[in-house]
Amino acid sequence: MSNTSTKFIQSSLGKKLLMGLTGLFLISFLIVHCLLNSFIFLNDGGILFNEGAQFMANNPIIRIMEIVLFFGLIAHALQALVLTLQNNKARPVKYTVKDGKANSKWYSRSMGILGSLLLLFLVVHLSHFWIDTKAAQFDGTIAEHNTYLEMIEVFHNPINVAVYLLGILALAYHLLHGFPSAFQTMGWNHPKYNGLIKKTGTLFSIIVPLIFAAMPVAIFLGWIK
Amino acid sequence: MSGHMNLTLKIWRQKSDKEKGKLVTYPVQNISPDMSFLEMFDVLNEQLITKGDEPIAFDHDCREGICGMCSMYINGRPHGPKRGVTTCQLHMRSFKDGDTIVVEPWRAAAFPVIKDLTVDRSAFDRVIAKGGFISVNTGNAQDANNIPIPKTDADAAFEAAACIGCGACVATCKNSSAMLFVSAKVSQLALLPQGRVEATARVKNMVAQMDEEGFGNCSNTGACEVECPKGISLENIALMNREFFVANIK
Repeated sequence: MSNTSTKFIQSSLGKKLLMGLTGLFLISFLIVHCLLNSFIFLNDGGILFNEGAQFMANNPIIRIMEIVLFFGLIAHALQALVLTLQNNKARPVKYTVKDGKANSKWYSRSMGILGSLLLLFLVVHLSHFWIDTKAAQFDGTIAEHNTYLEMIEVFHNPINVAVYLLGILALAYHLLHGFPSAFQTMGWNHPKYNGLIKKTGTLFSIIVPLIFAAMPVAIFLGWIK
Repeated sequence: MSGHMNLTLKIWRQKSDKEKGKLVTYPVQNISPDMSFLEMFDVLNEQLITKGDEPIAFDHDCREGICGMCSMYINGRPHGPKRGVTTCQLHMRSFKDGDTIVVEPWRAAAFPVIKDLTVDRSAFDRVIAKGGFISVNTGNAQDANNIPIPKTDADAAFEAAACIGCGACVATCKNSSAMLFVSAKVSQLALLPQGRVEATARVKNMVAQMDEEGFGNCSNTGACEVECPKGISLENIALMNREFFVANIK
């Protein structure tokens, strides 16, 4: 039997592995983001939170990782677009009746829509916080930049709170499928560990979004000043 | 007769791959609950022939659940509402008197419609031809225990080998992915020493052919495993992911 195959990354399995690995990388960022932001729950007027923000803005390793993060996000989104277009082409005539709920979860079949919602949310989110921070970095006023006050201001607007809660909900469902799915794509499927992966994924997909959701809610209700 | 059913069937009629198809409504009366779904189709086709109409083309062969021919997408699911059965093993008692049943062919670019409910699944044959075999010199069979194989491996290989190539996995997958089929074929050989010899080229070639046939990409919804009449496990897909990765870094 001679090998007649194409390059790994051009194959369907290679593309899926890239989706899984970039997805897990983005998950690792969520952990850092969630932990640092949780400083607001100290309710110390944002002292420690702003110190964290300053550290993130000035640390050279974080600056490099920020670029890597953007590439990871772009690779994840672009690859998803390529795969989705291919998938649509694989079924040109659709079924008149399709009973999806009989054999799979709705969010596992809606990763493209959930991901697109997340991308839209990211545009709003970055325009609220990231752009201002970048501007402050470039004009040298980063030392006086108060991310905490900015956060308080943004989340006093009920529309912003609603947008964030919806974005976080989309994140929760995206993670609920994406987390275990990445492991399956990496070939990690063993009866002994499947339960652990599934449980860890489910807990992660509930706890992390809940912590994120608590931030705008707590600020809006005035629990954090 | 008591217990017999009257049903409304909406069946996909399509003259050929070139022409557009549509759902056509056929009422059927006096259907015994003990008939198989295919026998109900036989009754309907006899009625159509008696009337001088074109009978509905559908694939069937063994009618005992092992050949994988009876591809019918029934009320939104391959092989109908029951788990672990092919259409020939689905009985009319799974439906109620007065039900409307929609029957469509497998829908995938890689499975073009030949006529009505019959589709061309030779894409699967071309995937198999790329590596779903082992190259051996013919001769006498070896002694039974010449090559010791762990029981767990033998069982996993046997379970993968239960795949009948019906295409339900492709039909139900939202992406028309053939991963469950191809991975079952890769696994059944990769798990055994006889198959290990050509494992690297096999997984690469079979995946390349799968992609070339225009099947979609796996997104791990798990629908295939649920709908597979032979209960082929998603573990096979994970195994193929590993095999493919390892084959490519060798």
